[in-house]
Amino acid sequence: MKNQKLLWKMSNRAPKKSRKELSVEQKINRRNFISFTVFGALGLSAYGGWRWLYNSPMEPAGGITGDTRLPLRRALNKTELAFRRVFSNNHLVKTYPKEMAAKYVRHNTDIGSKSKLDAAAWRLQVRKISGEIMAISIDEIKSLPKFDIVYDFKCVEGWDQIQHWGGVRFVDFIKHFGLEAETKLDYVGLETPDKQYYVGLDMPSAMHPQTLLAYEMNEQPIPVRHGAPLRLIIPVKYGIKNLKRIGSISFSNKRPHDYWAEQGYDYYSGL
Amino acid sequence: MFIYWANDEYSITIFGHTFVRFFPDWYYNLLHIPSRLAEGMAWHFLFMWFFTLNGIFYILYTIISGEWRELVPKRNSFKEAWLVVLHDLHIRKMAPPQNKYNAAQRIAYTAIIVMGIGSVITGLAIYKPVQFYYLTWICGGYHFARIIHFALTLGYVFFFVIHVVQVILAGWNNFRSVVSGFEVVNEEPKTVVENE
Repeated sequence: MKNQKLLWKMSNRAPKKSRKELSVEQKINRRNFISFTVFGALGLSAYGGWRWLYNSPMEPAGGITGDTRLPLRRALNKTELAFRRVFSNNHLVKTYPKEMAAKYVRHNTDIGSKSKLDAAAWRLQVRKISGEIMAISIDEIKSLPKFDIVYDFKCVEGWDQIQHWGGVRFVDFIKHFGLEAETKLDYVGLETPDKQYYVGLDMPSAMHPQTLLAYEMNEQPIPVRHGAPLRLIIPVKYGIKNLKRIGSISFSNKRPHDYWAEQGYDYYSGL
Repeated sequence: MFIYWANDEYSITIFGHTFVRFFPDWYYNLLHIPSRLAEGMAWHFLFMWFFTLNGIFYILYTIISGEWRELVPKRNSFKEAWLVVLHDLHIRKMAPPQNKYNAAQRIAYTAIIVMGIGSVITGLAIYKPVQFYYLTWICGGYHFARIIHFALTLGYVFFFVIHVVQVILAGWNNFRSVVSGFEVVNEEPKTVVENE
């Protein structure tokens, strides 16, 4: 059956005029040769492409992002651009009843909040475009309307946990302190007071209606290890972006430096 | 194509970290997996494009060329597939009807497409659970989507192993036909002449 089909196809092909008619054996050999040459060439080029990619150069050190092969970083950034189109403030993270929130909230890292916290001296520093630096006390922040969220906190490592956080929405914070002009810039940068941990956020994610400057966890003041007195809770990003113990906030059109992006992670890490 | 679909060298790093308790330590060390999460994710988010586009082109090709008729299981395929399995395991002597693809192949090659679509959908559901919240919902939530995504990956490995073993068992002539698109069957000379 198959054989007949093949022969039918072959006989339909116009034979070259001057050449002698090829025998079936020759036709088979010829087609096998062509097929396997193409197959081999494709195989080799796939292997070559793989070797090229596998040995491609790393990003230059000291950049905003680092520790990743250049083509892979380019792919990460392009992927972000592709998926950014579906980002919307109307897409909210799923929330849960507060009974479902974990009593023992998982703690992953202390980077940036290892030193002893001087709660009385703590002020949130906000660097305005004008160069002016505002120093905001925790009481001023707590006087703003409080917003509670119970949602599934997701870590890039793969774990997730339903957690309950309370604080002021970043949008409300911006409005209250008259920082609208700053939000016309593309990025927000946050740092811990000791500058050991730092994250960069794209403005739309920071201005998402569920992004919080949180001071409560499970309706109690946030414990020191979880980022007292004020931490970032940004449900549209992985945990690595949820900086603890915020020291300063700044705004920029250039991407602010980011702790984990320097170590090979996607700069945006959006959800 | 199927090698690509089944080759999960790129993504296992991520899953290695995701399912920390799933694999024993020796498995990680064997594959040099520890502390390479970021690297794994970078590979994953490049190769997901290849796999997805490859899958889309393949599906389009089968539709446009009409090849899907040879691939989609028929009503009696499931019964026949069982006979194929019995035959391949040398339990049953008589081979079931074999067209271009036998019943077991029809099921397997269609299943892999369904699995591929499943991987893309669950992948999107866990990659952007906020933006694609409806996909996450369809997949039964974030956790369940992750489990499906991971189980499908194991499925590809399984498929890949069986596929390669079967190709080796089927022999050289079969492999040659896969590559070149035709099979050489030695028949009575008369038949050949008639068809010329």
